[in-house]
Amino acid sequence: MIFTLKIWRQKNAADKGGLVTYKVEDISADSSFFEMLDLLNQQLIARGDDPVAFDHDCREGICGTCSLYINGRPHGPLKGVTTCQLHMRSFSNGETIYIEPWRCGAFPVLKDLIVDRSAFDMIIQAGGYISVNSGGIPDANTIPVPKPDSDAAFDAAACIGCGACVASCPNASAMLFVSSKISHLALLPQGRVEAERRVQQMVATMDSLGFGSCSNTYACEAECPKEISVVNIARMNREYLAAKLFAEKEKQISFSL
Amino acid sequence: MINLNAGAPKVPLAEQWSSYKAGCKLVNPNNKRKLDIIVVGTGLAGASAAATLGQLGYNVKVFCYQDTPRRAHSIAAQGGINAAKNYPNDGDNVYRLFYDTIKGGDYRARESNVYRLASISPRIIDLCVAQGVPFAREYGGLLANRSFGGTQVSRTFYARGQTGQQLLIGAYSALSRQIAEGTVKLYNRRDILDVVIVEGHARGVIARNLVTGEIERHSAHAVVIASGGYGNVFYLSTNAMGSNVTPAWSAYKKGALFANPCFTQIHPTCIPVHGEFQSKLTLMSESLRNDGRIWVPLDKSDAEKLRQKKIRPEDITEAKRDYYLERRYPAFGNLVPRDVASRAAKERCDAGYGVGTTGLAVYLDFSDSIRRLGKEAIAARYGNLFQMYEQIVADNPYKTPMMIYPAVHYTMGGLWVDYELKTTVPGLYAIGECNFSDHGANRLGASALMQGLADGYFVLPYTISGYLSSEIHTPQISTTLPEFEEAVRNVTDRLNRLKNTNGSESVDHFHRKLGKIMWEYCGMSRNEAGLKKAIGLIDELKKEFAANVKVPGGLKEYNPELEKAWRVQDFIELGDLMVRDALQRRESCGGHFREESQTPDGEALRNDDEFAFVAAWQFKGDSSEPEMHREELHFETVAPSQRSYK
Repeated sequence: MIFTLKIWRQKNAADKGGLVTYKVEDISADSSFFEMLDLLNQQLIARGDDPVAFDHDCREGICGTCSLYINGRPHGPLKGVTTCQLHMRSFSNGETIYIEPWRCGAFPVLKDLIVDRSAFDMIIQAGGYISVNSGGIPDANTIPVPKPDSDAAFDAAACIGCGACVASCPNASAMLFVSSKISHLALLPQGRVEAERRVQQMVATMDSLGFGSCSNTYACEAECPKEISVVNIARMNREYLAAKLFAEKEKQISFSL
Repeated sequence: MINLNAGAPKVPLAEQWSSYKAGCKLVNPNNKRKLDIIVVGTGLAGASAAATLGQLGYNVKVFCYQDTPRRAHSIAAQGGINAAKNYPNDGDNVYRLFYDTIKGGDYRARESNVYRLASISPRIIDLCVAQGVPFAREYGGLLANRSFGGTQVSRTFYARGQTGQQLLIGAYSALSRQIAEGTVKLYNRRDILDVVIVEGHARGVIARNLVTGEIERHSAHAVVIASGGYGNVFYLSTNAMGSNVTPAWSAYKKGALFANPCFTQIHPTCIPVHGEFQSKLTLMSESLRNDGRIWVPLDKSDAEKLRQKKIRPEDITEAKRDYYLERRYPAFGNLVPRDVASRAAKERCDAGYGVGTTGLAVYLDFSDSIRRLGKEAIAARYGNLFQMYEQIVADNPYKTPMMIYPAVHYTMGGLWVDYELKTTVPGLYAIGECNFSDHGANRLGASALMQGLADGYFVLPYTISGYLSSEIHTPQISTTLPEFEEAVRNVTDRLNRLKNTNGSESVDHFHRKLGKIMWEYCGMSRNEAGLKKAIGLIDELKKEFAANVKVPGGLKEYNPELEKAWRVQDFIELGDLMVRDALQRRESCGGHFREESQTPDGEALRNDDEFAFVAAWQFKGDSSEPEMHREELHFETVAPSQRSYK
């Protein structure tokens, strides 16, 4: 197969960057999208050019390292698939493909197609955990968890932290990412203990990092490679509201004392 | 000859760990604050160790090459994690898990470490549940279990087909909590290029900031390597693209011993290679063998027609199929251990019965199970795997058999460690897949996750305190010491050499070549002539690389080709050591099959009289051959027997 590629090239964070056109030939329909880019890079190296830098690691759809807008869509045309699991048979021969990095203020470009997603780590550090130490833990079967709750928690926990939700959102909102973590932990009895504190801290951190607000376009759910549901956002909003009410009450009690 | 003593307490096996814990020295909280620890890697072992050490109050610096700790390749583990909980009441206990692991490892692991691993395993599940890991549950709300290869009980805990992901997120969240509390400092997008030794003790590392290219010095009172396995030495493997041996290799070159490097696990159920351009292999979970039947055509002519796509596998009648695992191993059938299943597939393909366009594939057929249980039931068990297969291969496994072939998956060998997980260098520890200690010559399914978390959460935090208790008077290590200066100079020189070689071949060219040599001569089946030939070929490749590699881009910028060049150069050197190790081990055991050592009907033949030892290699300089040391293995609790699955 033959393709024309329009790839975003940017030397570093300070560089302005722009689209550059490349041609690739002899691409097998069975090769993955990244194997096609590997081939392009081998050609660039052979003629002494700088290869295209892109983020990738496991190449089996689970680590969440890969990103890319492909023809304007995060992770390309297929539903529920990461870029690394996309194959060239999903494109038509001779097609022109646009390849760009995530665009969001909170994810600055480092080079070419690579962006810095440390903001996600900072949100998790603000409370995306259950505060237990690795000692003094009760037996795992001490607290039964209803299977539907456990399954729903798993569905939320399947998030791979790739950032496609932010990339697909017209407001660059991180609500789907944050709410999947909030849901995962809030649905489990182990996570309820500090649920109020968690949701407030994580939302405050999310807001401080420059992510936009949610306006219910649901683009995030449509583009999420793990098909995380927007129901999680509703659950987070409920958790947030309840936590705020609770926090209000706490304040009044301390006032009356 | 170095005297390799594991140093386990001299009490009965079952009492060793409690005896050790009762006697080990601790560090007082005021002093912990003054002690720095470096952890290299953020997979299950690294993240759990860094989180726990931070929680204990040490100053921890943790490094990963990925953009965030949550991406380490532990995340790709599918099947599950073993623990001797005996929740199903099916006869499991600590001893049985210990026994299965020793036997599965073909009697080449150390009893004391394995017993401790088995005894710690139930605690891991407790902790993970407390962290919010959403393991599969029964309707009663309690945890579910499933069975796995090489065992007779159901002791595997799982979270659908994404157990590694969920466990890693648990460890990552514990780590994130410590980062927020300021006990752990995270350095992402860093490669660790050297370990710094000062007066015989590990005192720091040299890191390259992958974004800026800056060379950084980091000092500490102790260094923990948790950099994972080295399967990418084969170029094609199920490892992540960035998985590398570099931190472990720099430890080896600075004096730590490298044990049993030739012990590689080849996983039987991977998606076959489909072309020259292929960059990595994808595993299909071993659990598929519970309901899939493996076969090739009985007639070579049918195999030929299948390869040319003139007929389809459904066209071949039952009588014309060879269910070779069921034929050769009636007792275990399709559920023989990984090494046995892999070799049997290779044997059939080498004999000309392989299918697929390359002839390097066998069928994994679910049609019987679908007939027996219905499509719904199969979809509930393996739906996500079938979907993944269809996405990659564009074939529907509900209708036509899957094609599979063995691929490199895990490396049992690694840095030699004692009972305390300490290498031969004081202050230098190795945990998780990068050490050699627990799996012998073959790892059982669902045991890698168990080992990584046991080492990080529950073993290292105790054993490292003994060493650190003698370090409380050592002030913070200066990074301007001559040893740091020298290490930076060496790293910078090597980077400059890579950059300035200006040859004509890309790094990938050499990596592919290395992979082919390793797969051909040091893969599923090995022999003396082939291994000797491989030593020569690797030596040529090493020279060719040094003279002719081409690395574009600059040193002080984001340069993925430069990162790869360093890693591949280390892999070439490691390849040489693996081949030497395979050559000296003139027996077949676990994943290591020497053609000279087999029974008349082609089964692996172990030689306990001569080879019941750990081969630990010492680096002797770039121009000398490495020296092998032995740790004799003593089996006091489990008497070694020849494995039979017939």
